[in-house]
Amino acid sequence: MATSATAHAHAGPQGFIRKYIFSLDHKVIGIQYFFLALTAVFVGMFLSLLMRIHLIAPLASLPLVGEIKPETYLSLLTMHGTIMVFFVLTTAPQGGFGNYFLPIQIGAPDMAFPVLNMLSFWTTFVGFVVIIAAFFVQGGAPLHGWTGYPPLSAVQSAGPGEGLGADLWITSIAIFCLASLMGALNFLTTTLDMRAKGMTMMRMPLTVWSWFITAILGLLAFGVLLSAGILLLMDRNLGTSFYVPQIIVNGQIMLHKGGSPLLWQHLFWFFGHPEVYIAILPGMGVTSQILSTFSRKPIFGYKAMVYAMLAIGFFGFMVWGHHMFMSGMSPYSAFAFSLLTMCIGVPSAIKTFNWLGTMYKARIRFQTPMLYAIGFVSLFVSGGLSGPFLAQPVLDIQLHDTYFVVGHFHLIMGVAAIFGMFAATYYWFPKMFGRMMNESWGRIHFFITLIGTYAIFMPMHYLGMAGGTRRYSQYTEVAYLQKLMPIHQFMTYAAIITIAAQFIFVINLFWSMFKGPKASDNPWEATTLEWITATPPPHDNFGGVTPVVHNGPYEYGVPGAARDFVMQTDPPVASSGH
Amino acid sequence: MSQADLSIHAQVSRTGATETMTAPTFSVPAKKMAMWLFIIADSATFAGCLVAYGFIRNATPDWPRPFHSITNVAIMTLILLTSSLTMLIGVRSAEQGDKAKAFRFTMITVALGILFAVLHIREWMGMIGEGATLFHNPWGTPLFSSLFFSITGLHLLHVTGGVIALIAVALKYQGGRYNADDLEITGLYWHFVDLVWMFVVPLVYLLNLAH
Repeated sequence: MATSATAHAHAGPQGFIRKYIFSLDHKVIGIQYFFLALTAVFVGMFLSLLMRIHLIAPLASLPLVGEIKPETYLSLLTMHGTIMVFFVLTTAPQGGFGNYFLPIQIGAPDMAFPVLNMLSFWTTFVGFVVIIAAFFVQGGAPLHGWTGYPPLSAVQSAGPGEGLGADLWITSIAIFCLASLMGALNFLTTTLDMRAKGMTMMRMPLTVWSWFITAILGLLAFGVLLSAGILLLMDRNLGTSFYVPQIIVNGQIMLHKGGSPLLWQHLFWFFGHPEVYIAILPGMGVTSQILSTFSRKPIFGYKAMVYAMLAIGFFGFMVWGHHMFMSGMSPYSAFAFSLLTMCIGVPSAIKTFNWLGTMYKARIRFQTPMLYAIGFVSLFVSGGLSGPFLAQPVLDIQLHDTYFVVGHFHLIMGVAAIFGMFAATYYWFPKMFGRMMNESWGRIHFFITLIGTYAIFMPMHYLGMAGGTRRYSQYTEVAYLQKLMPIHQFMTYAAIITIAAQFIFVINLFWSMFKGPKASDNPWEATTLEWITATPPPHDNFGGVTPVVHNGPYEYGVPGAARDFVMQTDPPVASSGH
Repeated sequence: MSQADLSIHAQVSRTGATETMTAPTFSVPAKKMAMWLFIIADSATFAGCLVAYGFIRNATPDWPRPFHSITNVAIMTLILLTSSLTMLIGVRSAEQGDKAKAFRFTMITVALGILFAVLHIREWMGMIGEGATLFHNPWGTPLFSSLFFSITGLHLLHVTGGVIALIAVALKYQGGRYNADDLEITGLYWHFVDLVWMFVVPLVYLLNLAH
């Protein structure tokens, strides 16, 4: 156990800039990533609020932004999607919590390459600044959606925002690719090479496994997006036409010829599908960790959980075609992609049943992190079950580009991953900031958010089945969609309430940071290595000593043990069998 | 200073095992592991470009085949292959402690890399002289030269980066700041650049030879 006497054996850098700005400490970098994502999520959320208001009142003049024109609406959805997917869902779970806790949970003093780590954060930061800059340039933000399909995204004159705004957009994504590649390299090397004595791969917490597998996905996926993005930049600025066939834009014949817009779709979705697992896998890891801790039971089927995550990652690279069923692909390819997509249901179901098995007959401690972990499982099931429908080419022809798809991916990729982050925040906040978050406000925040997100996204499924097309700006102008307006109104009111409730979280976060009750070293009575060290951890994580690991990560309720939990560094016990 | 304080790599043995840590999973120390992972990521980037090439080539009915001789590309390939061999000799010498020989052969590798780049640029100039640009060429669809210059350009960028890295590492190796492992790791990258060329030659050159 670290004491304050040994904690200063290895003093960290002094001086504000080296300590908090250009820090090499993975813990500081993790917190930097966390706050970057927190900023980004509020930007993204504000954009969604504008969209929701615009959808029910297209001609209303809003404070600050005035009237939202159809092209502005497209800019809003593009920027909402891009910021949320890249700078929130990819940044917070992996860059934020992964950076902070992966080295501690494997007993390492820092990441394998601290300078690279700092570089990947600041590269991400530059990427964020670049994409925000797209709002303020001539023509405004791009309007091609977060998927950036050409020819719209590849031709400068295709619309407002497709000039400099779109250049900034694709540049930001290329920068983000570089940052993620650096991060993935660091995560993988750290996990493979920096584990403490006794920390075998099969003794790693499932959170570490999830960050490790996410890093594998990132390493393979972001390189492809990088090359796709560079080709797109060349199409836009150097006169090539990889993605653009012969085309007439605004009555003018373009010089482009010979390219294929489908090429972008293939390259983009080869990245894009693994990307959804990059967003959700860390949430699965933290959910497993929290369910086990608060159920006071070993995780049900540890090895099955590891193999399921590996299988999800593996299949994730073979199913990109299910985003392209409408592109006129051969029915045989569609069949193969459909079958492989259905395969992902198997490891996903294994994980779900293992989570339920972990909670079965347990004396559950219903504290805020646990509530959010249960919420994650709930959203994972509700969002996941619409997946097999969309995986059917025949059904997808009906549901493609409708609100059904929007509801599906928001539940499973968006909100489930966000619930994973909330769970992680409430769970690790004591370790990161040395104080406890307010429990009552945490619960109020949870219940409003859970009910609110279901109220926003469940109706989207009905809307989609009724033919409600996504990305339309003014449903009031489409006769058959007008009858669906009450659903839109309901969703907008739900969104306003849910967004308002997020300020409970932010106030709780900052208030607890300074005024919360002091946290002990192990407030949740958990077993993994971050809980053996001081709160907050010293500069080298364990105060000069390196932990030696004797036990698996989830030894709860071991017969014959003195307490109902056995730390990983405690003397070895006969395993409770996983 | 914090890095030296943490002394992460201080007592790292040849396999990366230390007193206080579990042996690395693949018995590969951290720096070398990072290079392998970089190579995997970079392969994905090249694969993206080559897949784009294959996709467009198959989708274009009037794909041009402008190359008439393989002499130039054969010489370039031979030079790059030889540079891999000299790199190997350099790394072997470094492992056996023959610093002078290691430095000499690394520098020969550098020279061969530069020669490759010069020949490549000469070939480019010839094609540009015939009227080929990124968005136009006299032989057929403009996408041919777009893809040719993009893929070989990306490779040339890697060769240039490799040459600079090799010079830097060789100088620091001679100065005693880097050791045989660092030379080997840079060598890994160089072999990778060579390997990529082995994919570029058949796909971009040989498939486009005139009948």
